[in-house]
Amino acid sequence: MKKYTYTEKKDTRSGFGAGLHEVGQKNGNVVALCADLVGSLKMDAFIKEFPERFFQIGIAEANMMGIAAGLTIGGKIPYTGTFANFSTGRVYDQIRQSIAYSGKNVKICASHAGLTLGEDGATHQILEDIGLMKMLPGMTVINPCDYNQTKAATIAIADYEGPVYLRFGRPVVPIFTSPDQKFEIGKAWLVNEGADVSIFATGHLVWEAIQAGEKLAELGIDAEIINIHTIKPLDEEAILKSVAKTGCVVTAEEHNRIGGLGDSVAQVLAKNNPAPQEYVAVNDSFGESGTPAQLMTKYGLDAEHIVGAVQKVIKRK
Amino acid sequence: MSADIAKLESIAKQVRRDIVRMVHSCQSGHPGGSLGCADFFVALYFHQLNHRPSFSLDGIGEDLFFLSNGHISPVFYSTLARSGYFDASELATFRKIESRLQGHPTTHEHLPGIRVASGSLGQGLSVAIGAARAKKLNGDDKLVYVLMGDGELQEGQVWEAAMYAPHNKVDNLIATIDRNGQQIDGATDQVLSLGNLKAKWEAFGWDVLETNGNNMQMLSDTLAEAKSRTGNGKPIMILMKTEMGNGVDFMMGSHKWHGVAPNDEQLAAALSQLEETLGDY
Repeated sequence: MKKYTYTEKKDTRSGFGAGLHEVGQKNGNVVALCADLVGSLKMDAFIKEFPERFFQIGIAEANMMGIAAGLTIGGKIPYTGTFANFSTGRVYDQIRQSIAYSGKNVKICASHAGLTLGEDGATHQILEDIGLMKMLPGMTVINPCDYNQTKAATIAIADYEGPVYLRFGRPVVPIFTSPDQKFEIGKAWLVNEGADVSIFATGHLVWEAIQAGEKLAELGIDAEIINIHTIKPLDEEAILKSVAKTGCVVTAEEHNRIGGLGDSVAQVLAKNNPAPQEYVAVNDSFGESGTPAQLMTKYGLDAEHIVGAVQKVIKRK
Repeated sequence: MSADIAKLESIAKQVRRDIVRMVHSCQSGHPGGSLGCADFFVALYFHQLNHRPSFSLDGIGEDLFFLSNGHISPVFYSTLARSGYFDASELATFRKIESRLQGHPTTHEHLPGIRVASGSLGQGLSVAIGAARAKKLNGDDKLVYVLMGDGELQEGQVWEAAMYAPHNKVDNLIATIDRNGQQIDGATDQVLSLGNLKAKWEAFGWDVLETNGNNMQMLSDTLAEAKSRTGNGKPIMILMKTEMGNGVDFMMGSHKWHGVAPNDEQLAAALSQLEETLGDY
């Protein structure tokens, strides 16, 4: 198992904030919108340097999505910022009609996704957003795993023409990817080469998968770990190549098991190379209040649950 | 430049013919609101709007128009065709398979003149505000227009946008509401009252004008007045009273023709009331 260490922990939303500021400096067409959550989305640096390119919308997410769609007419590249729940479910029809169907170049940037939002509870812990967004034709869906990857993704999506859903979170997590990485939309990252099982992980679960990989190595299981940061378009080639070698799969995500990364992987496998698969995901339920760590354990999303899923799936080979 | 009212009225007759023929041909669509707004579209596209039918989606350096109540697509399509965005013969494909003239307007099939999809109601004002802000960022002094239905005002997003535009002094925006008082299930006053719209929009901070949308002279004057009021720190709202089905006697003033197509006999009766002024497609 390749060794991954970290010297610092940060929240992925801060990676978004830093990326937004940098891409704002690089590209004068980048504009930002926020629905009364500037501090939570870490947009302050962008706003300070480019006040004329920032739009405070107020608590009106539907209006924000419409204004973002309109801003693209004339060449702007709008980044909308609010919580994942209010970025998707609350405004699904606005995104569907005014952005996705209209082919607008809007970057929907969603913080506080999943259970790790923590104490605010289930009203704010959306676990369905990946599914909602990936079902929209033409929508790109990205869920980066740490500060550096989130920053790189935030910068990279400005150069891609089309609607993007960029999902990140609130908790402080290890920074283990390179600060100068080149983020390629739709290109999976091989975290660790292995032979016995393929672990496909996204978002906060990538670090958990690395932890699991180390435990599995101690148990004599050689796990291949692949970071699927782009859930749509999915890197089918990387998935099929890995499974051809390992013959079984564990998917890991901070999302409902219905409609997330796991289902996307299962669809590719069912069509091309059926293989046993276990899901590490929320078992079709809402979340609840608690600390992020407590919730990840209770809902089965930590390294230990990945280890268990691997042991189970290997027996099914 | 003052409008040639007789000429505009003549064009509006052809647009009305196009509307009933399109809706009859596919036996679906929304003739009522389309007929009611024919004069508005003609006054806008054939006189008021500074636009280029060669069409670029970004519309830099030209006025932009957005249709929020997308179901009145027949009047939009006819107006675009008759002003040169595409050949009028394409109107025959309305709502048919493989057509660029979808039931509700869309950019998806790349029909010239359409800049955003609409149909699901309440979204157009927000989009228009975004486009107006982009114009300001680009140093583009042209204007953005948007039309909404009155029933559509029952959607909450409209009022989010209503609050936003005056707060942010979006004064390069002229919105119009088609105040025909009808919606699918009946009169707006019966379904869900809209109340005093002038007072409401003024209370939100808009500069509000009122006009008769089926009187070409009044309409042209109001559009000119609206334009003269832009750039003064407030968005402009035109409350435009129209008659659903205007121009065809048996369709007038009733919600029954909101979304119903005429049969062969009704088509003939309608066309006998509408002069062919530009040649049928």
